[in-house]
Amino acid sequence: MAHVEMTEEELRQRVRALLEEAHPDKVDQFTFRGKQFDHGLAMVHFPEGLGGLGLNPKMQAIVNDEIRKHAKTFYEDLNVNPIGIGMGAPVVLTHGTEEMKNTLIKRIFTGEDIWCQLFSEPGAGSDVAGLSSRAVRDGDDWVVNGQKVWTTLAHISKWGMLVSRTNPDVPKHKGMSYFLLDMEAPGVDVQPLYQITGEAEFNEVFLNDVRIPNERMLGEEGDGWKVAITTLMNERSALGGGSGRKGGGPVGILMNLWKNHQAAGRSAAAKAVLRDEITQLYIKSELLRLTSQRARAAAKQGNPGPEGSVGKLAQSELYKKVWECGQEVIGADSLVFEAGYELRRPAMEEKQDSLAYAKYQFLRSRANSIEGGTSEIMRNILGERVLGLPGEPRVDKDIAWKDVPRG
Amino acid sequence: MDFAFTEEHEELRQTVRRFLADKSDEAAVRALMTTDRGYSDEVWTQMAEQMALQGMIVPEQYGGNGFGQVEVAIVMEEMGRSLLCAPYLSTAVFAVNALVEAGSEDARADILPKIAAGQSVATVAITEANGVWDVDAIETKAEQDGDAWRLTGTKAFVLDGHVADVILVAARTSDGVGLFRVEGGADNLTRTLSPTLDLTRKLATLELKGTHATRADGGGDQSAALRKAVDLTVVAITAEQVGGAQMCLDMSTDFAKTRLQFGRPIGSFQAIKHRCADMLVEVEFARSAAYHAAFRAAEDDPETALAVSMAKSYCSEAYFHVAAETIQVHGGMGFTWEHPAHLYFKRAKSTSALFGDPVEHRERVADQLAI
Ligand SMILES: Cc1cc2nc3c(=O)[nH]c(=O)nc-3n(C[C@H](O)[C@H](O)[C@H](O)COP(=O)(O)OP(=O)(O)OC[C@H]3O[C@@H](n4cnc5c(N)ncnc54)[C@H](O)[C@@H]3O)c2cc1C
Repeated sequence: MAHVEMTEEELRQRVRALLEEAHPDKVDQFTFRGKQFDHGLAMVHFPEGLGGLGLNPKMQAIVNDEIRKHAKTFYEDLNVNPIGIGMGAPVVLTHGTEEMKNTLIKRIFTGEDIWCQLFSEPGAGSDVAGLSSRAVRDGDDWVVNGQKVWTTLAHISKWGMLVSRTNPDVPKHKGMSYFLLDMEAPGVDVQPLYQITGEAEFNEVFLNDVRIPNERMLGEEGDGWKVAITTLMNERSALGGGSGRKGGGPVGILMNLWKNHQAAGRSAAAKAVLRDEITQLYIKSELLRLTSQRARAAAKQGNPGPEGSVGKLAQSELYKKVWECGQEVIGADSLVFEAGYELRRPAMEEKQDSLAYAKYQFLRSRANSIEGGTSEIMRNILGERVLGLPGEPRVDKDIAWKDVPRG
Repeated sequence: MDFAFTEEHEELRQTVRRFLADKSDEAAVRALMTTDRGYSDEVWTQMAEQMALQGMIVPEQYGGNGFGQVEVAIVMEEMGRSLLCAPYLSTAVFAVNALVEAGSEDARADILPKIAAGQSVATVAITEANGVWDVDAIETKAEQDGDAWRLTGTKAFVLDGHVADVILVAARTSDGVGLFRVEGGADNLTRTLSPTLDLTRKLATLELKGTHATRADGGGDQSAALRKAVDLTVVAITAEQVGGAQMCLDMSTDFAKTRLQFGRPIGSFQAIKHRCADMLVEVEFARSAAYHAAFRAAEDDPETALAVSMAKSYCSEAYFHVAAETIQVHGGMGFTWEHPAHLYFKRAKSTSALFGDPVEHRERVADQLAI
């Protein structure tokens, strides 16, 4: 897609004009981000009128930089509405009706409507296309029954991206449809699911005779998988860029632990071992960042190669190692977990201090290689789609979904 | 800017690749690696006359192309891919870098045009028996003798030291470390070809017993200039490592697509497929590391030394691991003399140990980052 050309200075000027009209230090999140959207500075690669200016997506960094320069308050997309902004807005833009685009995208960006992704089910994780929740047509509506699981943010979501089976008599990829589900509709029951940290970022979602109007289907009946792929691609490209800044991200915190929270009384030999380990992790973190920079450079030159596909796998595996090393650095103090395991919803403010954050991330990072596609699935994708290796023999390929063994 | 490759870069890569496919196929590599000289005069001359490869980074006023580290990295990557047997690293990279960084005007004017024309094989001798690549460890002595100098000491692991007609020797004087020129055929110089782990790259030990030399630098202490020449040479080595690693990955995936066991291609087994996926990640990271170092070096960025050591540490380990996995993916075939996997495996190890191994380079990274 061709992008509109605009100079960096002109873009910065537009940001300053926005800040004249509404300043994040002075007005609330919804007001500020609403104005940011109206100025086309929300997601600059979106079309004009829908929060963007049709620019190259990497110019968003210029907007964010200019806002940070002039304001103390900065709302991170990842905190405002991670799934809505990362996946909801793109899927609506690509597959939604004009009416959906005009009513939904702005509220996603401001954070007025939080979004969640209702793909995984107890019987369908990596093999999400094997899912068994059922949507049956009834007049102008679809009636949905089934259970979703691991649904991040479902407890505060207004909208859910739901994939359900509409035809069990055809092979699995062909029998699904994609819906926008109003999470406040009758029959939607959200229950917290507690994780390794004691928090509940995600939920189980039970769907009992939930009615969805037919016009809330994205794409055609049976196109669910195709539409879902748009969502998954956006998810995976969002995971895996590394830190935007040299020495930033997890390894920056690791180096901070090494300087300020290193276990006392280690021998010189023990220190040398840890120092080498930290250096290796620093180098890999840098290479993660540089590889994503190289991918952007190659894409810009119209020459994209495999460098753009390795980030998700590399980042997941690397970050786990970085946080493991953090525990080694702090030594015996890693036995203590101040935050405790009271079962609760996540509380971000506990994680400001780098020591507490590192202890928390040691646990949280285990999900990196599971969420958004496990590392094993990513290796399959790299092996098959990038290197062109043959797939595995499939037992579920050409038979009706209802005849495939499940468990 | 990092990674800003141009169309000319791509053209250079394709031209060099075609040339090497023709002149340095596996049969040629195998024929040359078992000779003592280790290279073909004919191909060496063609490299200069048809391709102007020896003059890549020789400044234009000395008859070269005056290109920078990015261009020579592209050439070295292709040479690493084809395991070219030639004194290119020693002559066209190390010796040129040493002369550009530390050489006197006279030495440059005399040696560089001959290198660019393919009429000279040159090398640099820094390291001694203790295997340290830093100039601080140099014990070889240079003593003034009228207008000339006499060198005494032993240099080890000298790239192509047995065939070079110009040897640039780093030796200690009362002023620090200087760069001296010794003729390959000088009296009181014993050159012994080392039996090497990697047959495709020749090394020699040089014994200097009051050997006649002339000063090749402008005098004084050249430690900093020589360190920089080594760093720039390491940039080229990391590119060579990327080329070799990519070739290993290509061989492994090609084999995994065609070798059938249990009625299916072995690449459909995840134990093989996932290995290949991990190799791909390593190759891509290594590529980022080597290119980053090349672009930093080309811009003479103050962080070049950091980028170089990050690259040398990572690319060495990645190449070695990918080459080792290549043997495993090929099964018994990968362990044979007949299959090229062992040639890459040995090259991977030799490039890892040359100019500081991964642990030493990580030490440098840690020092620079104050870890
Ligand atoms: C923190 C977190 C948040 C999440 N948020 C959401 C969300 O908001 N919405 C949503 O829909 N889902 C969400 N998920 C679910 C996530 O996408 C799934 O957990 C993931 O796809 C794996 O599915 P599974 O848990 O059923 O494991 P399984 O698929 O059962 O996998 C179990 C093991 O088998 C391996 N395996 C499976 N298939 C293969 C294969 N073909 N080859 C090799 N190995 C294989 C896996 O790699 C894994 O190691 C979230 C998960 C986590 C951890």
